[in-house]
Amino acid sequence: MPDNQSQPTRQPGWQASQLATGAIVRKPFEWGSLLPLLGPVLLFVIWDLVVRFGLVKAILLPPPADTLATLLSGMLGGDLLQHFSVTLYRTLLAFGIATAIGMPLGILLGSNVRAYSSVEFLIDFFRSTPSSALIPLFLLIFGISDINKVAIATFGAFLIIIFNCAYGVINARKQRVAAAKVMGASRWQIFKDVLFWESLQPSFVGLRSAVSMALVIVVVAEMFIGSENGLGHKIIDAQQVMNTKIMYAAIIAAGVLGYALNILFLFLERRIVHWSGR
Amino acid sequence: MSRIVNGPLFTDAPVTPFRPGPVGTHITIRGLTKYFAGWPLYENFDLDIPKGKIVSIFGPNGCGKSTLINMIAGLIPIDAGEILFDGKSLKDTRIGYVFQNYREALFPWWRTIDNIAYPLKLMGKNKAQVDRRLAELVASFDVKFDLNRYPYELSGGQQQTASIMRALAPEPEVLFLDEPFSALDFEMTLFIREKLQEVFMQTNTTMMLVSHDLEEAVYLADQVLLLTKRPTTISDTLEYSEARPRTVQTLSSPSFIETKKLSLEIFQREVRK
Repeated sequence: MPDNQSQPTRQPGWQASQLATGAIVRKPFEWGSLLPLLGPVLLFVIWDLVVRFGLVKAILLPPPADTLATLLSGMLGGDLLQHFSVTLYRTLLAFGIATAIGMPLGILLGSNVRAYSSVEFLIDFFRSTPSSALIPLFLLIFGISDINKVAIATFGAFLIIIFNCAYGVINARKQRVAAAKVMGASRWQIFKDVLFWESLQPSFVGLRSAVSMALVIVVVAEMFIGSENGLGHKIIDAQQVMNTKIMYAAIIAAGVLGYALNILFLFLERRIVHWSGR
Repeated sequence: MSRIVNGPLFTDAPVTPFRPGPVGTHITIRGLTKYFAGWPLYENFDLDIPKGKIVSIFGPNGCGKSTLINMIAGLIPIDAGEILFDGKSLKDTRIGYVFQNYREALFPWWRTIDNIAYPLKLMGKNKAQVDRRLAELVASFDVKFDLNRYPYELSGGQQQTASIMRALAPEPEVLFLDEPFSALDFEMTLFIREKLQEVFMQTNTTMMLVSHDLEEAVYLADQVLLLTKRPTTISDTLEYSEARPRTVQTLSSPSFIETKKLSLEIFQREVRK
């Protein structure tokens, strides 16, 4: 083999520790790493200038520092945190149910192409239908309840998950399946040792878009389906009484939630589907 | 007027008796027929593969070299015919298969060592048996890279070495190699070629090698099988009985050059047809 010294028992951490110490000693501070902060800072400055020079009515746009202060005090034990938690809870609940049903079902459907073809149109159709269009229908079924918001978000997320998982299995590398087959793997063994793993990467793409979809639907549902809590409720409530500082703070909180969920799922994907893209 | 009374209602169609291959045959292929999109690729194709030999398959583009070994290995269904391994069906035969594209042959979700152990686990071997066999393989391949890494962390040659180890792990009766070198650089090709020869000399496993490189096909082979354009038939079978181990010197020996030249002539004749 290329390396001629016979050291089959090389310490696994060897390379990592070498790199780590090297980084501490030599690496100079890179100003380039601050670039991603430039955009937010610029936005903050422009926002501040717009307010200072009175280009927009103060009632429509509160000063950014005040808004951030409202956001922080609200999130650090204030009632914004409560609304934030409720929205997070509903989103994760809807997402959890959708995953628990959609992932196994999608993988099963994907491994049976005939079964998938028979429901493909239904899945594609409802996946293309805006879930918010179904809110009145869900109102009829579930009434104005907490379950309603979770149910419709579950529905939207479920369709995305089932679609991506099924396609993940359908598009599994044919050669890996062939490799397992030639080694004498049974249908079940091919399923659990190859198809399941092959589907993980596209499934994760589905999970990530599904959690975003769940959040979108939950927030919309909180606005319009008689609700006493949640970020959606908070935003529309603040708007009604023209308390724009709270409205902006709640909007930013919703943004933080969506962004954090996305980052979390990217992280999980990289951890679990470690072979992706290699 | 003669009349047959109580004549038979039907007669049995005459059955062509199974014709066994010569002594020392491992794989017998009889009446193999395969159509692709309505056109015959193989029609009533007969072939005997000798036991304990390396057979290289060489032929024009699209003549179905890979298809042939894929049909024998059960990866592509056949339309008609019979394929027997020492009289047994594929189901009762242990085979190993090495793919050209090693990237999509190993399972990247498992460490390399678990990939190699997988066929042993499929056979229901216990941990001690698996470990013993893995130790044997590591020793005989003289592995110098870390098998606890994931396949995607290895170089192409290392991945293909691991694929070959996986194929050989269950001590297969037949090893199929579908252009195993064509995705590798020259250095790795030489290395793996030598490894294969060593393994062959140790185990005497029957091997079928598909190759698009004539030098490679002849170098490893006991027999070079030259195929025609489709519908594919056997144009010629060349025996190459140079002693093993063959080395770089073999490449310039008269018998090697002669066999290679003859193969090339037959190949060109087929291509021009």
